[in-house]
Amino acid sequence: MAVALTLQSTLAGMSVGASASVNLVLVAVVYVALAFGPVIGLTAGAIGGLAQDALSGGIIGIGGFSKTLVGFLVGVLGAHFIVSQPLPRFIMFVAATIAHDLCFQALAALVASRPLRFQVMALITQAALNGAIGIIAFQVIESGPGLLQRRRMRGESLSRRRF
Amino acid sequence: MLDIRQRTGYLFLAVMLGHLILISAQVQSKTGVPVLETVTFGFFSRIQGAASALVGGVRGGWGNYVDLRGVRTENAQLRQQVSDLEVRLQEQHALASRGVRLEELLKLKSSTTLPTIAASVIAGSPIPDVLTVTIDRGSADGVQPDMSVIGPKGVVGRVMGPVAAHAARVQLIIDRNAAIGAVTERTRAGGLVFGRSSGDDPPLGMDLVSNLSDVKGGDVVVASGVDGIYPKGFVIGSVEASQPGPGLHRVITVRPAVDFSSLEEVLVVMVAARGATPEESAPASRQGAK
Repeated sequence: MAVALTLQSTLAGMSVGASASVNLVLVAVVYVALAFGPVIGLTAGAIGGLAQDALSGGIIGIGGFSKTLVGFLVGVLGAHFIVSQPLPRFIMFVAATIAHDLCFQALAALVASRPLRFQVMALITQAALNGAIGIIAFQVIESGPGLLQRRRMRGESLSRRRF
Repeated sequence: MLDIRQRTGYLFLAVMLGHLILISAQVQSKTGVPVLETVTFGFFSRIQGAASALVGGVRGGWGNYVDLRGVRTENAQLRQQVSDLEVRLQEQHALASRGVRLEELLKLKSSTTLPTIAASVIAGSPIPDVLTVTIDRGSADGVQPDMSVIGPKGVVGRVMGPVAAHAARVQLIIDRNAAIGAVTERTRAGGLVFGRSSGDDPPLGMDLVSNLSDVKGGDVVVASGVDGIYPKGFVIGSVEASQPGPGLHRVITVRPAVDFSSLEEVLVVMVAARGATPEESAPASRQGAK
């Protein structure tokens, strides 16, 4: 979560296109929810969302509320459905991004007493990017322990060879 | 212990509620008051209102139904108190009225040079056609027959014989057997005031007034003193109607100044009757006093 926050802050100025951006904190929350269940998912969403709100300088709690909701729902769905393949995970990331944005914009509109505003293209772009990053993250993390082990084993075998 | 799914659900709700409270604490309503404060106050005011209504309902129920046991007894006591107070009020009212009458009598007593004693009317006449009253003064007080009796408004009557030691009968001037020598105050037209039949209104008439005399309605009629009984100048009444008669004398009716229906306190003039003046021998009573 801390890494995601740091990266998000660093990449905040980098926009793909004119108004789209990735939400690495949301990606992290969805990953945690899928990997560890709804309780960890909502906890991660609360912490990540509140931290992101605090760093953004707006009303603290809107992002937390949205990410908590998304983390919980993703965790529940992940426990009920088999989400081990890339495609279902991608769909989960995309749906989570859309749901998060809907909730976030609705709360923001309610608080500011203004009408709801949606930028559909930006939302689709962000959802696709989040999905792609999420899949890559899953692949990296899942293959990570095997890779380390193999490297360790290679190192040991090399050290045992005597020329 | 709660099921894991229930715990997860409660945790989720708790976290969401915490977020909402956090947001509410930062957002201000249109009035400038934080939303959290507005919502909290509104919510608790509803609870307070409901609690107050509940307490009021219980209290009302207790007061209206359970507490009625003592109300009936209290009601009876209060009714008795009210009755007692009403009786006392009437007594006080009667005392106040008597005070007013005695004050008037005192003024009369103070204003006249004639010796008088106050007396109370204690009884009326048992015979309807005989208009007399009984007073609580008698020979022991110096009362004698043919002494005049007066009131604050005017002449009442004369003492009739025999006089008891502590009581005496008084013939009212409206009795059909009574008569008083009288003059009109304005023109000094002399005549005789007499009592008319019971039931006539007004109850007095004035006779022996010449048709040539100037007497008209409203003229005050006073005692002339010629009969030797009633003190001169005391008011008898006022002329009600005055018309020329068929003969030599006018037909005059007189309304008495005294209200004989509410006679309670009178003054007895302690001057013995003297004979009528020879040149104006108007009898004190048509059938004579005994």
